Amino acid sequence: MNLTLKIWRQKNATSKGRFVTYQVNDISTSSSFLEMMDVLNESLVIKGEDPVAFDHDCREGICGACSMYINGHPHGPDKAVTTCQLHMRKFKDGDTIVIEPWRARPFPVLKDLIVDRTAFDKIIQAGGYISVNTGGIPDANAIPIPKVNADLSMDAAACIGCGACVAACKNASAMLFASAKVSQFALLPQGRIEASERVQAMVAEMDKQGFGNCTNTGACEAECPKEISISNIARMNREFLSAKVCAPKVKEQSGGGI
Amino acid sequence: MAELNSKIPKGPLPQKWTDYKAHTNLVNPANKRRLEIIVVGTGLAGASAAASLAELGFKVKNYCYQDSPRRAHSIAAQGGINAAKNYQNDGDSVYRLFYDTIKGGDYRAREANVHRLAEVSNSIIDQCVAQGVPFAREYGGLLDNRSFGGAQVSRTFYARGQTGQQLLLGAYSALSRQVKKGNVELFARHEMLDVVVVEGRARGIIVRNLVTGAIERHAAHAVVLATGGYGNVFFLSTNAMGSNATAIWKAHKRGAYFGNPCFTQIHPTCIPVHGDFQSKLTLMSESLRNDGRIWVPKKKEDAENIRHGKLLPTQIAEEDRDYYLERRYPAFGNLVPRDVASRAAKERCDAGFGVGETGLAVYLDFSDSINRLGKGVIESRYGNLFQMYEKIVDENPYKTPMMIYPAVHYTMGGLWVDYELMTTVPGLFAIGEANFSDHGANRLGASALMQGLADGYFVLPYTIQNYLSDQIRVPKFSPDLPEFIQTEKEATGRLQRLLNIKGNQTVDSFHKRLGLIMWDNVGMGRNEAGLKKAIVEIAKLREEFWKDVKIPGTNNEINPELEKAGRVADFLELGELMARDALNRNESCGGHFREEYQTPEGEALRNDEEFKYAAAWEYTGENSEPELNREALDYEFVEVKQRNYK
Ligand SMILES: Cc1cc2nc3c(=O)[nH]c(=O)nc-3n(C[C@H](O)[C@H](O)[C@H](O)COP(=O)(O)OP(=O)(O)OC[C@H]3O[C@@H](n4cnc5c(N)ncnc54)[C@H](O)[C@@H]3O)c2cc1C
Ligand code: SF4
Ligand code: FES
Repeated sequence: MNLTLKIWRQKNATSKGRFVTYQVNDISTSSSFLEMMDVLNESLVIKGEDPVAFDHDCREGICGACSMYINGHPHGPDKAVTTCQLHMRKFKDGDTIVIEPWRARPFPVLKDLIVDRTAFDKIIQAGGYISVNTGGIPDANAIPIPKVNADLSMDAAACIGCGACVAACKNASAMLFASAKVSQFALLPQGRIEASERVQAMVAEMDKQGFGNCTNTGACEAECPKEISISNIARMNREFLSAKVCAPKVKEQSGGGI
Repeated sequence: MAELNSKIPKGPLPQKWTDYKAHTNLVNPANKRRLEIIVVGTGLAGASAAASLAELGFKVKNYCYQDSPRRAHSIAAQGGINAAKNYQNDGDSVYRLFYDTIKGGDYRAREANVHRLAEVSNSIIDQCVAQGVPFAREYGGLLDNRSFGGAQVSRTFYARGQTGQQLLLGAYSALSRQVKKGNVELFARHEMLDVVVVEGRARGIIVRNLVTGAIERHAAHAVVLATGGYGNVFFLSTNAMGSNATAIWKAHKRGAYFGNPCFTQIHPTCIPVHGDFQSKLTLMSESLRNDGRIWVPKKKEDAENIRHGKLLPTQIAEEDRDYYLERRYPAFGNLVPRDVASRAAKERCDAGFGVGETGLAVYLDFSDSINRLGKGVIESRYGNLFQMYEKIVDENPYKTPMMIYPAVHYTMGGLWVDYELMTTVPGLFAIGEANFSDHGANRLGASALMQGLADGYFVLPYTIQNYLSDQIRVPKFSPDLPEFIQTEKEATGRLQRLLNIKGNQTVDSFHKRLGLIMWDNVGMGRNEAGLKKAIVEIAKLREEFWKDVKIPGTNNEINPELEKAGRVADFLELGELMARDALNRNESCGGHFREEYQTPEGEALRNDEEFKYAAAWEYTGENSEPELNREALDYEFVEVKQRNYK
């Protein structure tokens, strides 16, 4: 198939960007979106032009590196896939495809389609962990965990930290991302111990990094490649409220979660 | 030829690690704070090591080339992690895990290391559960297990089809906690270009800041490489696009011996190649072999009709299907080790029974399990893998069997390390897939995650102290020493040289050509003539690369083509060493199959008399052949036998 691409080009973080139009021909429908980009880049290199820079690594939808805003959707039009898993059979011969970087203040563009997502790491550093050191741990089966809770925790833990939720949100809110981590731990007895401190620290860091507030539009859930549920945001809000109401130390330590 | 000292502790096998820990030198807390450690890599090995060392009080600097430590390729591991918990009460034990690993590796791994690995395996699971890793559980609330190849027990812990992701996020969260505490300094989007050796010891690294292009000098008391495997030598593999050998290859050129470079794992269940635009291959986890049955048509004409689209696999009657693994290996069936399964698939396809458009594919069929267990159960076990398959191939594996074919997946070879995980350069350590490790000539499924975390959480934090204990009086290093300046100059010079070539061919085009040479001659089947040819061809290709590669842009910006060029330049050297090692090893063992050496039934034929050793190659200079050192492998505790999975 033959395609017209309108791609955001920006030399570096300080320069102004603009759209540049390219033509790619003879793209196989079974190639992936990034393989189509490879074809474009090979041709640019041969012509002596600067290829389009984009983040990618695993190319199997799990590392969370790839991050293209395609035809108005983070990760493109297909449901529940990352950019690297999007395949060209989802497009038609002759289509024009518009490709942009994530656009959100906390994710500044570094070059072309590459943005800086360090703000996500900072949110995790603020409290996205259970404070245990290596070693001296009781047997893994010492605390049974109801299967439903383990499964729900796993649903939340599937987040790949790509940032599509932020890019999709008109407020650039990181609530879906942060709530996925908060929920993963809140649902496990091991995580309950610090639940209150964790949620407060992570919310504070979100604000500090410049992410916006959540106004419940649900765009994040709709665009999330891992189908992280918006119910995690509700859980995080409850965790946050009860953390505020209760003293900094949580009393509840049951395996039940909320 | 240098004397290789593997530093295996004396004493009975089950006692060695305990004794080592009891007697090794430690560093006291006040001194730890003054000692700096560089850890390159944030995968399971690197992140777990960086976090654990920082918890102990050392000052750690941690590097990765991705934008975040959480994206290291460990994230992509699907199937699971082994441990000898024996939660299933099916007869597992530390000894059995040790034995299976030694046997699975075709008797080419070091006994003492493998036993230690099996010993610490249980603590890993405890650690991960405490970190909040949501492993799969049974209805009673206890941990669930599945089976993997090469074992007759269920000892694999898993988190859906995303075990690597969950384990890595666990290690990443421990790491993040130490970053917050100020004990770890993170350098994401930094690529290591060289090691700095001062007076015979590793004292630092040269890195390129991938955003600004700046070349930086970083110093420390010890350097740990946790940079993953080098399967991307083959261009097409299940590794990430950025996975590279640069760190270990440069370390090799600075004096670290390279262990068993030719030991490559070709994984039997990957999505087949489907076009020359293809950039990488996708694994379908080995766990699928728990419930999927592998077959090809019994009749050649059926296979042919399928290839031409005239027949569907679902139209082949049961009696016309050849479940060749079950036929050849009744005891292990579809769960034979990877090397055996891969060769068997190649054998059927080479004989003309392959399916798919290219004839280079076999079926992995779930219809029996779906009938037996229901679609829901299969979906809960492998849903994400089925979805991934459907996205790529555009076929529904619940309805029609998956097509799979072997692909390069893992490298058992790597930097040679002693029992303390130190390379032949004092102060330079290698952990995880980057070392030549515990898997011998073939790694069993779910054992890489185990080894990476064993190295990082439970082994290195002890063994590195033995080295550092006599470094406590050594003051902080200045990266302005002449050795740092010189190494930096060399790194910068090389990048400039690459940029100045301004030739006509792209980096990828060279990488693809190297991949083809490797796959055809140093892949699943190897022989003397092919290996000799590969050595010549790789040298020629390397020469062409340095004359005609075309890299746009400059060194002072984000420049992915320049990054790739540096990596491919190193692959072009490492590939040759792999071929030399394969040529030297006149036997078949594990994943190394020399066509000249096989049993009448086509199984790998080892030659213990001459090759019961780990090959440790020494770099001797640009235009001189590498020198082979041998670490004899003494099997004191297991009887060395022909592997038998029948
Ligand atoms: C698709 C797939 C599925 C797998 N499934 C399983 C499984 O189910 N069970 C199992 O046991 N094993 C599995 N494996 C194998 C296992 O995942 C790997 O062997 C293991 O995760 C490697 O971990 P590591 O920490 O050594 O390296 P990696 O996770 O690869 O990390 C390497 C790190 O080094 C950094 N790095 C590399 N080069 C440089 C450089 N030059 N400069 C700076 N930083 C650098 C990277 O940024 C990264 O942080 C699988 C492998 C693949 C590819
Ligand atoms: S919640 Fe979804 S969209 Fe947001 S970072 Fe996680 S995976 Fe990406
Ligand atoms: S490249 Fe890893 S998720 Fe897309």
